[in-house]
Amino acid sequence: MIFSFTSIFLLISLLKLTDESLSKYHTMETVKKIWFFYRDGFREMTVGKTLWMIILLKLFIFFVVIKLLFFPNLLSRDYDTDADRADHVRKELTK
Amino acid sequence: MNDLTTVVDWSRWQFALTAIYHWLFVPLTLGLSVLVAIMESLYLKTKSEKWLMATKFWMRLFGINFAIGVATGIILEFEFGTNWSNYSWFVGDIFGAPLAIEGILAFFMESTFVAVMFFGWNKVSPRFHLASTWLTAIGASISALWILVANAWMQYPVGMEFDPAQMRNVMDNFWDLFSGIAVNKFFHAVFSGWALAGVFVIGVSCWFLWKKRNQDFALLSIKSAAWFGLAGLLLTMYTGDGSAVEVTKHQPMKLAAMEGLYHGTEGQGFTAFAILNPDKDWNNDEDEYIFEIAIPRMLSILGRHDANAFIPGVTDIIEGRDIINGDTVNTVSYAERIERGKMAQAALRNYDIALEKGDSVAMNVAKADLQKNFQYFGYGYFDDVKEAIPPIGVTFWTFRIMCYLGGYFLLFFVVILILVYRTRLMERATWIQWIAMASVPLMWVCSEAGWAVAEVGRQPWTVQDLLPTKAAISEIPASSVIVTFWLFALVFTVLLVAEVSIMCRQISKESKKNLSSNKA
Repeated sequence: MIFSFTSIFLLISLLKLTDESLSKYHTMETVKKIWFFYRDGFREMTVGKTLWMIILLKLFIFFVVIKLLFFPNLLSRDYDTDADRADHVRKELTK
Repeated sequence: MNDLTTVVDWSRWQFALTAIYHWLFVPLTLGLSVLVAIMESLYLKTKSEKWLMATKFWMRLFGINFAIGVATGIILEFEFGTNWSNYSWFVGDIFGAPLAIEGILAFFMESTFVAVMFFGWNKVSPRFHLASTWLTAIGASISALWILVANAWMQYPVGMEFDPAQMRNVMDNFWDLFSGIAVNKFFHAVFSGWALAGVFVIGVSCWFLWKKRNQDFALLSIKSAAWFGLAGLLLTMYTGDGSAVEVTKHQPMKLAAMEGLYHGTEGQGFTAFAILNPDKDWNNDEDEYIFEIAIPRMLSILGRHDANAFIPGVTDIIEGRDIINGDTVNTVSYAERIERGKMAQAALRNYDIALEKGDSVAMNVAKADLQKNFQYFGYGYFDDVKEAIPPIGVTFWTFRIMCYLGGYFLLFFVVILILVYRTRLMERATWIQWIAMASVPLMWVCSEAGWAVAEVGRQPWTVQDLLPTKAAISEIPASSVIVTFWLFALVFTVLLVAEVSIMCRQISKESKKNLSSNKA
């Protein structure tokens, strides 16, 4: 969502493809326009609301439950430097 | 069973499970996004409402699939860091660079233009909207490109040099990553997505015909999907042929496993059907097949584009025998590879000792020894050549399932195209409507079988010749892998059920509307 918002902002700022009055607006107006674009888009959704709930729930399960509880990056967690990580892997691969 | 075997096997099953589920969503995204873009282009060209309605309907189904499938691939990256930490470190930048590019593209390109696709009707100009639809489709395919480039590197590692100090493969030529294996793999996967989307659209449209709802819309969708799917399938077959040549060249053991072939010949036939002999081993005299129907010389044609070419079998490869242009060539036998792999590992061990002592002269000597035999580094983990043979039965049968279904779908598209231009026949022939509906899951089976051939056939390697699965694994308890395996099985099954039920509900709801006119 944040990426999408930022990208849309950059895109509209660069291409000015929406309507003829956009070029008169300053930055805040552009931000507002994008905000309304998304707000109206979400408001008009039907099945999309269910999908967004699924996406948010899924991201929560993936990044908060699964990633934090079950899937640490072992080398990042257990070793402070790349040299230590390389040393560990070297010993693992030659034992 | 010892703990290492348990961890390796469960981690492999876990990776397979998540990859299989991920691939349920991806090909439909790849194919349907392009089909929708074509429909919208036709709408803009003809200004016909029927194309607008078709675009909007299929775009909604695309949206459901996209939303449910998005981020399911991220789990695979979690697994790299936890279950396969040796592998993750060993592959270094090679894997990291394409995945990082994929991540940036996926977020910026797809997320931006998907939003315009869905929210932008009547808010941006029609041309800008169409551009967004195309950019979403192109963005999805470009995302797939980077994943498949990374996967192809694992099958055929090129463009890098191993640095024992960093214990990583360091990229020395980015463009080498776009090897013949990568290019064929990318187009093969993307075009198979087109064929899959074609079958999906035809199947759903046939449900409309069977229910006698929006028949004009259904016929229009079937016509466009059949041409699109046929084009996708023919291109999939063409790139599949390219893949076969690359596999013959760089992964001959995989090709031998796909055929259940132990002793190759010149003018080797392709096994159309066979019952494999379970007692056959690489070094015994048992027959390869209990029963076989072969197409003469076809494997030589497929593998080396020469009807008289020699195709080596499992035993030939292990013993280091090949025939190139009629001359017997000695390749490196597996026994020698194991020996040289152990020498490479000994050199790495010496490097480690020298590094601890700070002896730079000894380090350079060890590094030079390592480089001499590094191409067989992974074989040093084996004590028996048998360990380097992939599971023959699974590879053989998944390849056949893919080929049989590929042939079936070629016939399917042709029959559908013949019938759909005889409108009355297509509307009345409930048998073909049922066949089309039943074919939808079969297309996924075909697609997944293709991946099983690619991934099971390259076992036991995570990185071909360099790192087998048993060395790539992390030192983690088996219990945690087992718990997360079942957790994933649950989460992904729930997602799949959600996808199917939301999609079915949406199709049913939309089918009751008038899909021929926007004014209804």
